[in-house]
Amino acid sequence: MSPDNYLYLAAALFAIGTAGVMLRRNALVAFMSVELMLNAANLAMVAFASARGNLDGQVATFFVMVVAAAEVVVGLSIIITIYRTRRSTSVDAANLLKL
Amino acid sequence: MISLETTFAPVLATGLTSYAWLIIAIPAISAAVLLLGGRLLDQVGHWLGVAAVTASFVIAATLFGYQLMSDESARAISVPLYTWIAAGTWKVTAGLLIDQLSILFALLITGVGALIHVYSVGYMAPDERRRRFFAYLNLFIAAMLTLVLADNYLVLFVGWEGVGLASYLLIGFWQHKPSAAAAAKKAFVMNRIGDLGLTMAVMSMLALFGSSSFAAVNAGAEHLDAFWVATIGLLLLLGACGKSAQVPLQAWLLDAMEGPTPVSALIHAATMVTAGVYLVVRSHAIFSISPVASTAVVVVGAVTLLVGAWIGTSKDDIKKVLAGSTMSQIGYMMLAAGLGPVGYAFAIFHLLTHGFFKANMFLGAGSVMHAMDDDVNMRHYGALAKVTRITFLTFGMGYLAIIGFPFFAGYFSKDHIIEAAFEVSTVAGIAALVGAGITAFYMTRLMLMTFFGEKRWREGVHPHESPLVMTVPLIVLAVFSIGAGALMNWWIQDWLEPAVGNHVHEISIVPGPIGWLTMLIVAAGIALGWYLFGRQPVPAEAPASRNPFTVAGRNDLFGDLVNDTLVVRPTMFASRGLVANDDKVIDGGVGGLATLTVGLSNQVRKLQTGQVRNYALTMTLGVVLVGVIVILSQLG
Repeated sequence: MSPDNYLYLAAALFAIGTAGVMLRRNALVAFMSVELMLNAANLAMVAFASARGNLDGQVATFFVMVVAAAEVVVGLSIIITIYRTRRSTSVDAANLLKL
Repeated sequence: MISLETTFAPVLATGLTSYAWLIIAIPAISAAVLLLGGRLLDQVGHWLGVAAVTASFVIAATLFGYQLMSDESARAISVPLYTWIAAGTWKVTAGLLIDQLSILFALLITGVGALIHVYSVGYMAPDERRRRFFAYLNLFIAAMLTLVLADNYLVLFVGWEGVGLASYLLIGFWQHKPSAAAAAKKAFVMNRIGDLGLTMAVMSMLALFGSSSFAAVNAGAEHLDAFWVATIGLLLLLGACGKSAQVPLQAWLLDAMEGPTPVSALIHAATMVTAGVYLVVRSHAIFSISPVASTAVVVVGAVTLLVGAWIGTSKDDIKKVLAGSTMSQIGYMMLAAGLGPVGYAFAIFHLLTHGFFKANMFLGAGSVMHAMDDDVNMRHYGALAKVTRITFLTFGMGYLAIIGFPFFAGYFSKDHIIEAAFEVSTVAGIAALVGAGITAFYMTRLMLMTFFGEKRWREGVHPHESPLVMTVPLIVLAVFSIGAGALMNWWIQDWLEPAVGNHVHEISIVPGPIGWLTMLIVAAGIALGWYLFGRQPVPAEAPASRNPFTVAGRNDLFGDLVNDTLVVRPTMFASRGLVANDDKVIDGGVGGLATLTVGLSNQVRKLQTGQVRNYALTMTLGVVLVGVIVILSQLG
């Protein structure tokens, strides 16, 4: 089976995720876009693993999923804290990280 | 008597003479005690100072008596003290040499020094820092004794620097006066130039002879090539010029009058300025074989004796007249020392008699100032002969001594120098002769303006004679001003001959033709002085003068101007240039680099927008860039 189509799909998902991170102001949506990018990468790795006939890519996918879960915990708590203090989840509003 | 070229090696000190170092140690320790003792010693400190110097004088006198009694071959005593520097094969020992030359200096320093100490007890009585003053005086005496008693040039240099330090402290003693502080600095700086000469001379000796002891230098000098002998001689002369205020390093001496008057007496009579003459006479082995160096000494001496006398004629400040006179008299000594073996003994002879009469006159001037509420301007004096009778009489003895009135101290010593100068060079002789005439003129002027004529006192000044503690030293010094010349005239040449290798002259009591000529010129000087300042009233303000001689004399022959133009201004200019270079080029370079970094950083800082999406864009672009590079490199 050729992985080409899966790779196209993964590339498309990754592009959508990237665009979402760069374009959306809502932190939650941007966060979801990051998840989309991670999963696009997962999809690509699974496709390669299947094409090459070994398990390396699938193992790596599990790692990414675990890390993504941990990241979601931290990321969501940060977003909630920001929302509590600022009553907004706009990433443009939280722009104090500069000189 | 015909001179025999005999020199005796100094004998090692034994028994009591090995304690000769106490002569230096006692005033040094006294100085330390006075400085460290604090207020506790305020009441008695000055007497401790007097006692210390008197003790040194007693030791010096004892040593002198011992030398007088011993055989000629056993008079020079060496007192080794300790090894100072030992490095490999190179060894410098600290030791004392008490020979016929140094004992005379030690006697002069401690004797006149003790009298000046006694006088200072009275003179400095109103000063609340009197204890400190005596500490410095003791330090001065100790340093000067180290200088003259050392048995090698390195130890001599220690004393030399000590004298420089003590003179700095004493000239600037009234440090609350900016002029005194400046004078002290000036003396110190000008002395450093001379010290540089001495340092280089001593280093040359160490390099050439491997030792700086007088014995080694004397022995080695004759085997040295002419260039090095002349170089060492000229460097020593530079050192002597600094300490003895000879042209071209004379300018500090007149400013040094800012110190208290006893200090002036000490500097001018017993210590400091005599050091240069001592150095030249002590280094006779070098100077006698180098015509270049000895001629330079004669020239310096002759020029200084005329310059000093010239300055003396034009000043209204009594102390500055005396300061000019000191320059001039030291010039005589240098001249004599430069004449070679014919002059050494006369240089020392004149130095000793000058020590007495100049200390006498300086202390007398101090007594006059004491009477006149510290006014130094002679135009405000006049008619003091009756009011301050003791001061007048003692000063008069000094006056007769310095102008060379027959049978007073200066008569013998100065005439010998003039005669010796004529033997060697007519030009030097004429300079010495003219100097004697000018000396008579300015001293007559000083006497007439101070003690005779009508009263020109300022309002509220009530002159009075000084207390006994000040007049007794004056009387003692006056006695020596009268008698010292006759006392030593027939003795000093034979006495010094083994130590300095001078040629012994036949001396007759009847003056020769040059002697008569000298007296004639001195008489002319006195007559001129009387004609200008005794015959008619002296104006209470210095009349404006366009006479170039007067203008030059009042301005110290423009010595300061010369120094300013030749040294100070170029140095200041160079310093300013260096400061500008430091400020503009070096600081500018460093500062510019910093400014550049700050500017760049300020631009780069703008990348940090705080916008998360901006960062995301940057990251994405970075990833794309890396990806493109990776792909392109795969293709290539």
